[in-house]
Amino acid sequence: MRKIMIDAVTRIEGHAKISIQLDDSGQVASTQLHITQVRGFEKFTEGRPYYEMPSITARICGICPVSHLLASSKACDAIMSVSIPETAALLRELLHCGQFVQSHALSFFHLSAPDLLLGMDSDPARRNVLGVLEKYPDIARDGIALRKFGQEVISGLAKERIHPSWTVPGGVNAPLQPAVRDKILAGLPEAKAIVRRTLKFFKGVLDQFKEEIENFGNAPSMYAGLVDAAGKLQLYDGGIRFKDAEGKIVADHVAARDYHNFIGEASLTNSYLKAPYYRPIGFPDGVYRVGPLGRLNVVKSCGTPLADAEFAEFHQRLGKIVPSSFHFHYARLIEALYGLERMEALLHDPAILGKQIRAHAGVNCLEGVGMIEAPRGILIHHYKVNEEGAITWANLIVATGHNNLAINRSIDQVARHFIDGKHLQEGMLNRVSAIVRAYDPCFSCSTHASGQVPLHIRLLGPEGSLLDELRSQ
Amino acid sequence: MKKAKVATLWLDGCSGCHMSILDLDEGIASVADKADIVYGPLVDAQEFPEDVDVTLVEGAVSSQDDYEKIKHVRECTRLLVALGDCAVTGNVPAMRNSIPVKKLLERIYVQGVDERPRIPTDGVPPLLKRAVPLHEVVKVDLFVPGCPPPAAAIGYVLRELLDGRVPDLSAKVKFG
Repeated sequence: MRKIMIDAVTRIEGHAKISIQLDDSGQVASTQLHITQVRGFEKFTEGRPYYEMPSITARICGICPVSHLLASSKACDAIMSVSIPETAALLRELLHCGQFVQSHALSFFHLSAPDLLLGMDSDPARRNVLGVLEKYPDIARDGIALRKFGQEVISGLAKERIHPSWTVPGGVNAPLQPAVRDKILAGLPEAKAIVRRTLKFFKGVLDQFKEEIENFGNAPSMYAGLVDAAGKLQLYDGGIRFKDAEGKIVADHVAARDYHNFIGEASLTNSYLKAPYYRPIGFPDGVYRVGPLGRLNVVKSCGTPLADAEFAEFHQRLGKIVPSSFHFHYARLIEALYGLERMEALLHDPAILGKQIRAHAGVNCLEGVGMIEAPRGILIHHYKVNEEGAITWANLIVATGHNNLAINRSIDQVARHFIDGKHLQEGMLNRVSAIVRAYDPCFSCSTHASGQVPLHIRLLGPEGSLLDELRSQ
Repeated sequence: MKKAKVATLWLDGCSGCHMSILDLDEGIASVADKADIVYGPLVDAQEFPEDVDVTLVEGAVSSQDDYEKIKHVRECTRLLVALGDCAVTGNVPAMRNSIPVKKLLERIYVQGVDERPRIPTDGVPPLLKRAVPLHEVVKVDLFVPGCPPPAAAIGYVLRELLDGRVPDLSAKVKFG
């Protein structure tokens, strides 16, 4: 059988590549996303004291280190068998809201706005946040200001913007100062205004992306996200809700400690990123999507007034289940608004200024699971320890991992649409990049920063001869 | 006046150092007045240019890809800056160094899965035996420690280098 290999290589940091394999009639047989970085946290943390885990695992990702700090601290809370003080739980959620705002701002303004505003075929030398700053200074400044606001919420609470050590097993290590609360409250109206005008702008340009919305990344899949007891959006706590492609709830309120009954993991021969799957269905068909789109597809509502109005409009426009991965962008903006409103509610809770912020205990349980919604989706830290508190085993399931199979399917869909066997069409590269970017994959939780995903695709004959070559613009 | 060319490179790190560059906030615009960012995850360039004035490198050298990349970047760069603790000392990526690579990969991809236990080999670069800091592989012109280095220190380094001075980092950075 004739075999043709197309190899797509990122030219940035080499952390992700894509290859597409054709059959002898020139049709796409399979596509693969290669994540090319592995650091081995699950192995090298063996023997470390459990209370070091938040600081160590935060170094998995500098984009949303707070997610790892929180999931890890929650796993440590479970090992200590403590219920943390009310104030500590409120403060952790407040920190998390700051992170959602900064991370979603980064994804939308720094990463995707260059495509959405300047166009996918614009000059690559200017197609970045500085190019946006030049051509659309108001929007770029909004993005920089919104990310800064989120980062300042984090540094206000936790001292540092990146890799703070404020979140600890049992709670947090310093109370909130009233002056910091007042400063955040003073900044909220402008931050909300930024998100609201961005949403208005984005909804206005949606029609320009009809082709992307309809044709790319809309393969049916399941969805998963954390919900509270009433089925509302939950970022810091809650259980997992799984919905099938038609929107039927197939599992609900799955507690952190039960995750393994519903989520299995498979190794792929061609990627350092493992592929989680919905266990009752099995591998590889148990595909589900997490992150902003997954969350807004599973929850009943957000639970804050402005975000709920946007949530209602989102589903009114696009249906009860929104399948197109392009709408990750839209969902992300709604969640940024939720993050700001939730922050406001937390800051008005009198308990937020409490001084009881940390439970102290030793090892009371030899196993613990911590689970939260990271900006990109469900994040799970699962540890086992010995009686001295040394880690004996660790498992981490990162947000982008859950989407691994779905991203692969989206790439496959685009490839099937564009490959004709002998020549590569220009449009394919931009669409592949755009699809990967819509998921906002954090490959640093294996790879990826705040840049584009430039691709270099080579179409090779059976003996490796170069048939065609394309580079992303 | 001709603008200087600045590049950034991301090897085996968490991208926190790159996030710290973005933490210059609106200060990014003033860097852009003095220099073009010609390569890196913050911009959309395909090839590393041949005549870069300053390259900030985040991360340790951990895979065969990292090794080849840093060798090439060194040849094309006038001033190479090790940005952050991973680039300066190996830091967290080097925590795996006492474990044989095969054992590490087996733990994750064979014992650590429910389905298809197998070590990825297709289209992924082999890991080096040890994750090492930049200066074990190439000559480094300036070390900027920190996990990550604060945005103010990064801004200061860029301003000084672009004005042709050697930055004095004492009291501006620390490890961790």
